[in-house]
Amino acid sequence: MNKKETVIQFEDIRKTYITGPVKYEALKGINFKIKKGEMVAIMGPSGSGKSTIMNIVGALDVPSSGKYLLKGKDIAHYGEDELAEVRNKEIGFIFQSYNLLPRTTVLKNVERPMMYSGVKADERKKRAMKSLSEVDVDDKAENLSNHLSGGQIQRVAIARALVMEPAILLADEPTGNLDTKTAKEVMEFFIKLNKEKGSTVVVITHDVEIAEFAERIIYIRDGLIEKDEINNRKRK
Amino acid sequence: MDIEELFNLAIEALKGNIARTLLTMLGVIIGIASVIAIISLGQGSTQSVVDQVNSFGVNVLTVSPGRVQRMGGGGSTVDTLTMEDGEAVSKLSNVEAVSGEMSRSKTLTVDGESTSASVKGVEASYVEIKSLDFDAGIFFSEGQVGSNSKVAVLGDTVVEDLFGEEAEFYAVGETVRIDGKTFKIMGVISDSGEVLVPISTAENVLFGQDYLNSLSVQIENGDLMSQTEEEIESLLLKRHDIEDVNEADFSLRSSEAMLETVNEMTGTLVTMLSGIAAISLLVGGIGIMNIMLVTVTERTKEIGLLKAIGAKRQDILTQFLIEAVVLTLVGGIIGLVLGMGLAYLGSMLMGVPFVVSASSVFLAVGVSMGVGVLFGWYPANKASRLSPIDALRYE
Repeated sequence: MNKKETVIQFEDIRKTYITGPVKYEALKGINFKIKKGEMVAIMGPSGSGKSTIMNIVGALDVPSSGKYLLKGKDIAHYGEDELAEVRNKEIGFIFQSYNLLPRTTVLKNVERPMMYSGVKADERKKRAMKSLSEVDVDDKAENLSNHLSGGQIQRVAIARALVMEPAILLADEPTGNLDTKTAKEVMEFFIKLNKEKGSTVVVITHDVEIAEFAERIIYIRDGLIEKDEINNRKRK
Repeated sequence: MDIEELFNLAIEALKGNIARTLLTMLGVIIGIASVIAIISLGQGSTQSVVDQVNSFGVNVLTVSPGRVQRMGGGGSTVDTLTMEDGEAVSKLSNVEAVSGEMSRSKTLTVDGESTSASVKGVEASYVEIKSLDFDAGIFFSEGQVGSNSKVAVLGDTVVEDLFGEEAEFYAVGETVRIDGKTFKIMGVISDSGEVLVPISTAENVLFGQDYLNSLSVQIENGDLMSQTEEEIESLLLKRHDIEDVNEADFSLRSSEAMLETVNEMTGTLVTMLSGIAAISLLVGGIGIMNIMLVTVTERTKEIGLLKAIGAKRQDILTQFLIEAVVLTLVGGIIGLVLGMGLAYLGSMLMGVPFVVSASSVFLAVGVSMGVGVLFGWYPANKASRLSPIDALRYE
């Protein structure tokens, strides 16, 4: 595994929020590397700073100081439009809720990121359908997104994340709104993608049971890494 | 993203809440409809007045006695304009024909039926100058003017009063008594309530006056209208021994000048009413801005999601701007159709021609799009500036 290239590298990442006179240090120097093909869970209670990590990993925000190398490029100082392009091409987001555009078909939802990078209509459709079939929801392509079940929505979100062939799949509490059985199914999808396609998966969660689907768990507490260990428990 | 995609997205978004979309459009619909209706009716009434003025004769100058300053001045008691003045004017180059006119109100009788009408003494050239249309008969000749003939040409409404309806044909050749003197009817002119007699007869037999109430001058080349106008003016000033133009005892008026006055008047009216309609557009635009701001707030999470999957600031701005423009454009088109309908009804009621110019169609489309861009900009810009983290976290 060490021979594989590093996709994400955090070097002394700090993030300080300033609201008026109050300074709040959310991240106090975070260091880690994630290699291609890894499946990592970033775990911590609320307020630990894991959401801030997720925002920085996902290029939604930039750190106050430190280096963030994404595929070898330091994007810590990127501007708004450059970050949008990084999100579009390198990050596949799966959120806890509000993953899909309402009143819009599944197909159009999956096509959307390609629209922002100027892919032509017919190729867009072809790639979207391929992506949907990988998560077994291609039969729902013409359905409106608000007519899907919770599990189906997460799968469509995964299909949309995959369609741009990003460097990482970044899942933020992806099972937060699902029942245990569906949550397990979704997590097994991530494992399948990780094993069969070699996708790099980063799951942000506060739930130990979900974190344990990953092969490596980074524990965050009070803005620092508490533990960074290989998950020795049986991977389901 | 290409424009067509964005249009589809905008239409989808607007279809999502039809009732709100229509209510939002209402301001623009009312604004555009009133502007279109006002402009159309304005053009229609101008058209009808222009037609009337043109029926007075094209390239015709009218000289009236009396000073311009005296409003409605002169009338029949000012005796400064004479037959000799008319003859002098007729000798100018570029003057095709001249006809002096004197008129009084007189009573006409036929077999005990009587009516009162304006009797006008004119020269034989009058028929050409005014392009008179005849229902029956002919105009009197120059010879008849020279010999004080007691002949008359009657307007069709006068004939109707005296002989009854549809009497135009047998009226010709009959006699009519004006002030107790017998006149032979030579012809009947359409759409007129006047009685025309030779000017010599009017001067010597009927009125006993030797001055003119007005002088009609037909110009040969209309392009030289203003030049000829000046020539006539200086000629008459010289003849009347007046040095200061402001002291002139006559006034000149061209049909062109009359048209200008009419155009100015309707123009002012249309501008004023359009101004009021523009206020309605402004209010409509503010309404659209208001609703768009609400929409942006409602769709904060959606904007966050779009930014997360790679939408740039420009993409969001364009999407919301196009939404606003589609909203106002559709409103503008509905308003255009509605305004044309109103103008059609209005023109029927007012009895003016129904005119819709291409320019007012462009105006409707252009203005409604302009309103969309102007009032959609602020909400769209606000949407595009949302930070993706804040937008995603928004509940």
